[in-house]
Amino acid sequence: MTELQRLREAFRTALDLPADAPVDDLRYQDNEKWDSLAHMSLVATIEDEFSVMIDTDDVIDMSSFKEAVRILGKYGVDVK
Amino acid sequence: MSVFTLSQADKEARLLDELSTLTDFHRANCEPYDRILRASGYQGASGVAELPWLPVRLFKTLELKSIPDDEVFKVLTSSGTTGDVSKIYLDKAAAAEQQRRLAATVQTVLGPKRLPMILVDTRAMLKDRRSFSARGAGVLGMSTFGRDHVWALDMDGQVDLAALRGFLEKHGDQPFLIFGFTFLVWLHLYEVALEHGLDLSNGILIHSGGWKKLIDQAVSPEEFRKRLSGVGLTRVHNYYGMVEQIGTIFLEGPDGGSLYCPDFADVVVRDPETWAELPPGKPGLLEVVSTLPTSYPGHVLLTEDLGVVHGIDDGEWPGKRFSVLGRLPRAEARGCSDTYRSAA
Repeated sequence: MTELQRLREAFRTALDLPADAPVDDLRYQDNEKWDSLAHMSLVATIEDEFSVMIDTDDVIDMSSFKEAVRILGKYGVDVK
Repeated sequence: MSVFTLSQADKEARLLDELSTLTDFHRANCEPYDRILRASGYQGASGVAELPWLPVRLFKTLELKSIPDDEVFKVLTSSGTTGDVSKIYLDKAAAAEQQRRLAATVQTVLGPKRLPMILVDTRAMLKDRRSFSARGAGVLGMSTFGRDHVWALDMDGQVDLAALRGFLEKHGDQPFLIFGFTFLVWLHLYEVALEHGLDLSNGILIHSGGWKKLIDQAVSPEEFRKRLSGVGLTRVHNYYGMVEQIGTIFLEGPDGGSLYCPDFADVVVRDPETWAELPPGKPGLLEVVSTLPTSYPGHVLLTEDLGVVHGIDDGEWPGKRFSVLGRLPRAEARGCSDTYRSAA
């Protein structure tokens, strides 16, 4: 699996979305499943999947799928 | 990276400027607020204490917002003791900013890394994810600063000793975060740690929620700190904040015993009869000011809490140091909101 596929999977798992749900354009709180509670589980899922530890500011900034891609780049995970 | 940096003079100059601008903005965009200010005869302020305040209770009776309906992103509610509910309206920008400022404030004592975290509460708090209580929302907000969270209480509200032991085995030898409401921390963490010999010496405790229940048990804030240090918990930070000024918290400094104001906020203590500002050492009614309320006129609020300023620019962090002493007895608070109700 590519990094991009792994990140999409992490989003679907954490937000409890169907296996084929498109996630690349998801934004925090635009999708009803991505609320503040799900956000913490999303962060934990991404941390486990990519073996990183995300800082507080980045947890707050992770407001869309695209932001997650950018932030993971800071931790040396090249999502493409 | 601290938000406790400005001396009182620098802070007041900056706040006067920003809060005056906010006052004008809210007048132009919130009709009931403008009506209140017209009735009060406000013509501008030459000091922070001259800015026009709203009694915090007004958010329970009036819809106060400075943004169009279609820009409302979140409505926060708090239930008061009487069952009245404050409604606070945030747009996207205000919601994001309050979270950033809260994070910056808490990171002053935690640093940028998320720490393993004990939540002194029960997951049952979040069962209905559509409507959390104020307590649930507080716990969830704080959980952002932690990772590998463990709940100290099980679904029935009983202490989960196995979970706590497991957490300490895994994380107890490095800094970890503990968050909870003051009374729950006392009852469900301190007493349990004491009884079972749990080592909390690497913990950093952040707690809030008022002292009333503890004082009923004859536990003063000083006693609380002293007893917690007995189970190794020496890094302890109480905070004071309210939903009507979401994102702004007044945080107890490393020295303990006083709350400090972040750079974007301040407190004024007022005589409850004359409304005049009181000097350090004199207890009175607490007014809280903050530049964060941009979507509703909550930037200058008179609370129903009593407080006292202990000193100015004389503590571990600059600015005012103060304590909250408890709630103003209900009858005494009536005068001020009645004035405003007739004006509104």
